[in-house]
Amino acid sequence: MSASSSSTADTTTSHRVVTLAGAAARRAAIEEAVLPAIVALLVAAIVGDILILSFGQNPGTVYRLLLEGTWGNAYGLGQVLYKATTLTLTGLAVAVGLRAGLFNIGAEGQLAAGGFAAAMVGLILPSGLSALVTLPVYLVAAAIGGGVVGGIPGVLKAKFGAHEVITTIMLNFVVLALLNYFVAAHMRVADSLHTAEIHAGALPPLSAFISGFHGSAANVVIFVAILAAVVTGWFLFRTRRGFELRATGLQPQAAEYGGVDVRGVWWRAMALSGALAGVGGLNFVLGYKHYYEDAFASGAGFLGIAVAIVGRNHPLGVVLAALVFATMSQGGLAVNAVVPKQMVDVLQAVVIIAVAASVPEVRRMLRRGR
Amino acid sequence: MSRVESNSTAPAIRLADIHKSFGPVLANRGASLEVARGEIHALVGENGAGKSTLMRVLSGMYAAESGSMEVHGDDVVGWSTAAAIDAGVGMVHQHFMLVPTLTVAENVILGRELTKNGQLDRERAEREVAELSRTTGLAVRPERKVADLSVGEAQRVEILKTLYRGAKILILDEPTAVLSPPEIDELWQVLRQMRDRGETIVLITHKLDEVMEISDTITVMRHGRTVGRLRTSETTPAEIAKAMVGRDVQLAMNYVAEQHPSERAEGGRIPDSTPLLEVRDLLVNDVRRLTAVDRVSFGIVPGEILGIAGVEGNGQTELLEALAGLRDVKSGTIEIARRDVTYFTVKERGDAGLSHIPEDRHARGLILDYSIAENLILGQQHRFTRGVRLDNEKIQEHARQQIDAFDIRPPDATLPARALSGGNQQKIVIAREMSRAFQVLLAAQPTRGVDVGAIEFIHTRLREARDAGKAILLVSADLAEILALSDRIAVMYGGKFATVLPRAEASEEILGPYMMGATSERGHAA
Repeated sequence: MSASSSSTADTTTSHRVVTLAGAAARRAAIEEAVLPAIVALLVAAIVGDILILSFGQNPGTVYRLLLEGTWGNAYGLGQVLYKATTLTLTGLAVAVGLRAGLFNIGAEGQLAAGGFAAAMVGLILPSGLSALVTLPVYLVAAAIGGGVVGGIPGVLKAKFGAHEVITTIMLNFVVLALLNYFVAAHMRVADSLHTAEIHAGALPPLSAFISGFHGSAANVVIFVAILAAVVTGWFLFRTRRGFELRATGLQPQAAEYGGVDVRGVWWRAMALSGALAGVGGLNFVLGYKHYYEDAFASGAGFLGIAVAIVGRNHPLGVVLAALVFATMSQGGLAVNAVVPKQMVDVLQAVVIIAVAASVPEVRRMLRRGR
Repeated sequence: MSRVESNSTAPAIRLADIHKSFGPVLANRGASLEVARGEIHALVGENGAGKSTLMRVLSGMYAAESGSMEVHGDDVVGWSTAAAIDAGVGMVHQHFMLVPTLTVAENVILGRELTKNGQLDRERAEREVAELSRTTGLAVRPERKVADLSVGEAQRVEILKTLYRGAKILILDEPTAVLSPPEIDELWQVLRQMRDRGETIVLITHKLDEVMEISDTITVMRHGRTVGRLRTSETTPAEIAKAMVGRDVQLAMNYVAEQHPSERAEGGRIPDSTPLLEVRDLLVNDVRRLTAVDRVSFGIVPGEILGIAGVEGNGQTELLEALAGLRDVKSGTIEIARRDVTYFTVKERGDAGLSHIPEDRHARGLILDYSIAENLILGQQHRFTRGVRLDNEKIQEHARQQIDAFDIRPPDATLPARALSGGNQQKIVIAREMSRAFQVLLAAQPTRGVDVGAIEFIHTRLREARDAGKAILLVSADLAEILALSDRIAVMYGGKFATVLPRAEASEEILGPYMMGATSERGHAA
């Protein structure tokens, strides 16, 4: 194979070593991707044991309760899937940002803006339209809503060098306060903090297809989330724009050298990130409640950061991490009778800390920040 | 004390059969080294031969998997860096580890701060550092800020730091990579003085002229093994090179003598051709917005290599970045094949026929976490698409061809660039930039940190490109390289061309003064 190598015996050996080296390198890469998450879950389990024991309960019993209340029955599973849907989309949002080297902490505001934009469109559309017609419209509206909120910090960074961590965090306050004002002052239903009900093309719940899910909030937006994960993976790893986005995130100087419009990547990645989070707003607004309610995001945007980091910024990892976090949050309700559900918040925090401490990207980011 | 007595005949360093691997990479597999007290020992070998690894094992940064280690006769297998420092083993790294905002004295005492009543005793620190500076001949004023020092001075601070910690065995990792010839001479003087005082010096290098000039004995490594131990006075550069790469190589120095004279030295220009690269009155600022390139004009005709010599930091980096489209031009014009590209983007310049081997392959030239195949298309990703998708088949096919043509090892296109040795990483960059269609090539430090075998290969490729009618701008800190390849040579100093000479009129002796700031009476020969 090596045209210019002189000694053939030497070449064969080196080739064999090479194949081994390649395989080993790939195995190491997979281990590096998966191990932190597994270790984090084990650490969380141990901390959980200690907490449960401190409440005078048997860990085995509590974990069994937790599993039965989540994956053990169709309703619990439906709730897990519902929660995982939003988390998948906000997790993807944060992951796309991180892949471009940008830390989008504004998924909370983007999620709310996406839900709000879709609700506004829904209130205007004539009632009785089929979901097949309305879903694409809602999708576009939510993506634009979130995309604008995400794109603004992106443009600020590209044009003026404003750091996206500061601008996204601040924009959260601006956006959430504005939406609160719109709803509270202009469009709420009396004695509530939500809009009127949307009648145009309600997105059907999963129970419309599988009756077992009856009563759970799971709805067809889950398919949107899965599709979003697939498309995001395809975009990041198969397209030229994805190649350039990841290059920018890894080594902006090398990307610039490679003819990549780094500033363009910045604002486009932020807009895409915001759009993904915005689409997450559909899950609550049009899939579950059929109205926009103030503060519905309730931390799902922030939890997207944890989902992205635990999922190692890989779409598949994000989906799995979203399921883990959704299970914990639904499981907290299931075990509330024996241990306080806040225990689960503690466990989520332990997972985040354990993963953050062990993930190379985070360490690299912290180093860069110094 | 009796222990010291009993060991006085033992060599300073004795490493035998050291094995050290990183995952699947066997960095050392049976490396050995023996250095007598009071000698300058050169440790040579190609990139990835395991020299730095071996020295890091010696200085306690890595633990060897097997093998024996003795320092002054004591068994030191598996010791820590702290123990190594205590025993007087100090390593000066290739990349400076200094705090730029602190003074020389502060940097030297960092980690061993002298205090008086709980406060830093700055006066005593400066006094001690000044004293050490005087006795060693490492001249540098202790109260100066490191940020204000030249590279040569910064390196002296690094050595002072090591000596301040009581180093009796000094390991220097490629110390001359960033120095000008006069600075190198000064370093040699200091090292000889140290040797004469009985200290032991190990010099990691792959520059053979240095080995010949400074060392007493030589250890040659190849593929993680020690393959030879030579006495400098009894060997030749060709013999060392052969031991390093395991075959005969053409050395740059010989090439000059053989090829250059009559053939292309006619003023260095091929008459009657219009320049492929034409730069007029180029004014470029550096990051601090100070003038870095001061109205430089030159042209390069087809089939010509213009070499830019000079100590680093005299505007070469900014000049190249401006030409490549990575830095804004304040005024002046750049033309490629008569086309004004002054305001073109990087990509547009590439399409206009510009190819660029950047000086820092780790920051710019490669995306270390990308595979070899992906790195081989960086900058040309728009040529490897099918619709919006990347055409993976085409990318893999391209990778196979380039890996073969440029002998990139290991030949596994899926490996991340990070996993390769420096020389092979550079081959990725060279392969990519020389396999695309181009007319003008910017080659910055094309062989920095690259082993002898790869240097020969890269030089051959550059000459081939020249002979194929390309215009090449070569910037190198290595004067021997500039002299070996260039048809004309410019020396850059303070943002200007101090002189431009045809190859036939240039030599190290002639260029040296210009590199240190002498001015030319010839003016700009553009």
